[in-house]
Amino acid sequence: MQKQRILKKEIESFDFQSGGEASSDLKNTLRKLGVSSKIVRKTAIITYELEMNVIIHSLGGEITVFVSKDELEIRVDDCGPGIEDLDKAFTAGYSTASEEIREMGFGAGMGLVNVKRYADQINVESSKENGTHVNVKIELTN
Amino acid sequence: MKLKHVKSLLETETVFEDSNDKDDIEIKNACGADLMSDVLAFSNEKTLLLTGLTNPQVLRTAEMVEIQVIIFVRAKKPSLETVSLAKKLNIYLYSTDKSLFEACGLLYKNGVGPEEMNYIETSK
Repeated sequence: MQKQRILKKEIESFDFQSGGEASSDLKNTLRKLGVSSKIVRKTAIITYELEMNVIIHSLGGEITVFVSKDELEIRVDDCGPGIEDLDKAFTAGYSTASEEIREMGFGAGMGLVNVKRYADQINVESSKENGTHVNVKIELTN
Repeated sequence: MKLKHVKSLLETETVFEDSNDKDDIEIKNACGADLMSDVLAFSNEKTLLLTGLTNPQVLRTAEMVEIQVIIFVRAKKPSLETVSLAKKLNIYLYSTDKSLFEACGLLYKNGVGPEEMNYIETSK
């Protein structure tokens, strides 16, 4: 099976109304493709955390998901402003979210921690100039 | 514990349920949280979320981890937007006058267990 794109969706900054739609669409697509419920669930969690990160922290971005025979690849690219301290961003409980965001139930400081926990591979590049680019791979053979 | 016993124990008011009766579903464990990433972090397959948050993102979070029932504590009522999403996702909604602490305590005392911390089993 050649690598196929199964999701491409623009995510707007602070668009809480649509938050989770990309992950929901992906979940349904994966189910139709016959992916196991365990992998569907961890993929949904990863995508949802990353989708909400774009909404909460970025100026907008895009989420793209590819599937091949052995793996799923999730790419999330945003337009900035970048993550100031990547090490801290992967520390459980560390958050830069505002009080307003926390009142909505986000900003627990567990977003990237959750993503890393469920991903088989993760790569994050971030800079003020180029924004944040997250690449996650999930093996389909688990 | 069956859902009907949970409803009776917490004296819930129904916000949304459809005609397909879920009263007999077994609630083996539950999660009480107001932070959505905490729900996602502890999330193996489970059935019940107790929370004080009522925005639509609670439903989205529940959808990701296949929670079937949400109980809003402290008599909170969700917006129409939240209820409409619940209908679409077929997630049942209830409200209880009890606090999050008391609701969780009552369920725990009556045999509903906490979630295992170690989420989704992975190969690592």
